[in-house]
Amino acid sequence: MTAIDPTAHLTAEQIEELGRELDAIRDEVIAGRGEKDAAYIRKVISAQRKLELVSRGVLLFSIFPPAWLIGTAGLSVAKIMDNMEIGHNILHGQWDWMRDPKIHSTTWEWDHVSPADQWKHSHNELHHTYTNVIGKDNDLGYGIMRVDEDQKWHPFHLGQPLWNFLNACFFEYGIAAYDLELGKNLNKRRRKNPEFRARAKAVGRKIRKQVLKDYVIHPLLSGPSFLPTLAATFTANLVRNIWSHSVIMCGHFPEGVQVFERRSIKGETRGQWYLRQMMGSANISGSKAMHFMTGNLSHQIEHHLFPDLPSNRYAEVAVKVRALFEKYELQYVTGSLPKQVFSAWHKVFRLSLPNKKPAVTIPGREQELVAA
Amino acid sequence: MTSVALRSRAWKLLEMVTTPLLPSDYLDLVSPLRAGADLRGRIEAVHPETGDAATVVIRPGRGWRGHTAGQYVRIGVDVDGVRLWRAYSLTSPTNRQDGRVTITVKAIPDGKVSNHLVRRAKPGTLIQLDQPTGDFVLPQAKPAKVLYLTAGSGITPVMGMLRDTEFDDAVMVHCAPRPQDVIFRNELHDLVADKKLRLTEVHTDTDGMLDIARLDELVPDWAERETWACGPAGLLDAAEKHWAEHGVPERLHTERFRPGIVVTGDGGEVTFSATGKSVDADGATPLLDVGEEAGVLMPSGCRMGICFGCITPLKAGAVRDLRTGEITEAEPGVLIQTCVSAAAGPCSIER
Repeated sequence: MTAIDPTAHLTAEQIEELGRELDAIRDEVIAGRGEKDAAYIRKVISAQRKLELVSRGVLLFSIFPPAWLIGTAGLSVAKIMDNMEIGHNILHGQWDWMRDPKIHSTTWEWDHVSPADQWKHSHNELHHTYTNVIGKDNDLGYGIMRVDEDQKWHPFHLGQPLWNFLNACFFEYGIAAYDLELGKNLNKRRRKNPEFRARAKAVGRKIRKQVLKDYVIHPLLSGPSFLPTLAATFTANLVRNIWSHSVIMCGHFPEGVQVFERRSIKGETRGQWYLRQMMGSANISGSKAMHFMTGNLSHQIEHHLFPDLPSNRYAEVAVKVRALFEKYELQYVTGSLPKQVFSAWHKVFRLSLPNKKPAVTIPGREQELVAA
Repeated sequence: MTSVALRSRAWKLLEMVTTPLLPSDYLDLVSPLRAGADLRGRIEAVHPETGDAATVVIRPGRGWRGHTAGQYVRIGVDVDGVRLWRAYSLTSPTNRQDGRVTITVKAIPDGKVSNHLVRRAKPGTLIQLDQPTGDFVLPQAKPAKVLYLTAGSGITPVMGMLRDTEFDDAVMVHCAPRPQDVIFRNELHDLVADKKLRLTEVHTDTDGMLDIARLDELVPDWAERETWACGPAGLLDAAEKHWAEHGVPERLHTERFRPGIVVTGDGGEVTFSATGKSVDADGATPLLDVGEEAGVLMPSGCRMGICFGCITPLKAGAVRDLRTGEITEAEPGVLIQTCVSAAAGPCSIER
């Protein structure tokens, strides 16, 4: 949708060929899925549970500052693991092939106020199908922000740096509200809709359970450490929220990422769908630990091409995908976490002000360009 | 307050501590075989029986209710990361002191689970268990004369009976390709030496398949015996016909291991089991479209295989993944993505 279409040099045949090459990468991983992958996710789940258990145990003594620090850090990491590498990926059906009912997209529930089934609809179905299509993919600014020049400016957007900061702090609540489409559904007529009310009730139930657990029961169990434990769980939730928000902002908001018009996806072929995912996503570069803590969403491009492949395979897939970007002379948007976070925030600030249209998106110089 | 009510309160409280997980998710980390857990077992040893058969010693979880000789158990084994369920006869006696049970598995060509258990399973591995079941069992009242008619791995439920209950007059006719293919051969010969069993081995590689008419010569009083038969369908069909023709069908008890073989093809009749609708489908149309076309309310999502919003249990038959060509056969608990799966032969899905 930019004035300069970065895919203009590709013919229709090339795009379909690209699609076939990507299908081949996918087939290869699927054929090779096995015992090692199953052992991986089981190990991660078991480690997360042990870490959470130990951290909560340490927090029973959080009246002592070192215990508070260790417990809070451990719990923050445990919550991040639960949401990112485990919850997000299981709910994508990445591990359904194991046929283990305990590690399955239909049975998994996560430590998040958005119930799994609601999130699966708004994320797996809407966002992943209509990635970066203005008006179809609500993840584009979550309905509260303007993240592309071609989106209409409204005075409300002046405050978007603040909205974005608040959204980061209370991200899981933001997501729950977003899954409920609160903005749309709170008007007088719609809020009485029984289907909406049932979904709102389910969110209420999850919020109640989480609040009770984190802010009442565990602090009470800590006895004299009541207040420090309360502060610890609040901090852990805050850390998890800000971390997830940062990672997720890096997936589609940094400079160089393309958005698309509604009419551009009419009659879209498989190759074109792949191409849209490639141009609409951005990666984060970094160490293995970094990829793990992002739930491998640092491989956002690969995740969007193959949302149902096991996350532990994205790193090896990325090498092949990147080679295809080079072969077809496309821009592989990637950068370090600080760089990408800065880039995304920069856009949030920039687009809080109106711009002259038609806009021309020039790939940002800070981006690491691959054979652009 | 009763202790049961008290315990359920305590459990509820514990659930509040662990939400959204359950207390059992944590308890499973330390004690997967405890009472109250999903029924599991731990493989403790694997003993080879013949070149392609092995006995697997399993310590069942505390919830195991025990079995009756001749029954089978369904076990869920992770093979190459995928949980597959199969049924195997229990071969251990019911009064085994150490509480372990055994199954004896014959590796069948291309059998994923059987080959895994016979050749690769390691002691210490956890497996999933169902409670034992099956009515191929001995009656409460001991019959005076017994005949066991078995072939191949059909000997396994009968071995469970032999080890469990002694009869005054027991005869066995067992078929296997060669002497070294006879599972439990040493133990059977020990029983013969102790005069607890009369045994006829039919070695089909040299003797040919057992002709059921030969029973008159092998076991002249077969018609007076209470008979338990287990083996390939051909043998059981012939036996049922033979017993019926001689007017004693009630004396024959049979057990069939593989009730149906899934026929895979290109397209087939699709049955929506919940609504009772049936339609013909080709091998290229996604089942989601087939269902919607037939007026069945189908869950749907992205319609391209990425969101997992359309997954539905496959109750019978087989489907083909339109992207990879992979065939998925119905098994309990198997779910398919209807938007990228087409009928690969007759199949039934729960809608």
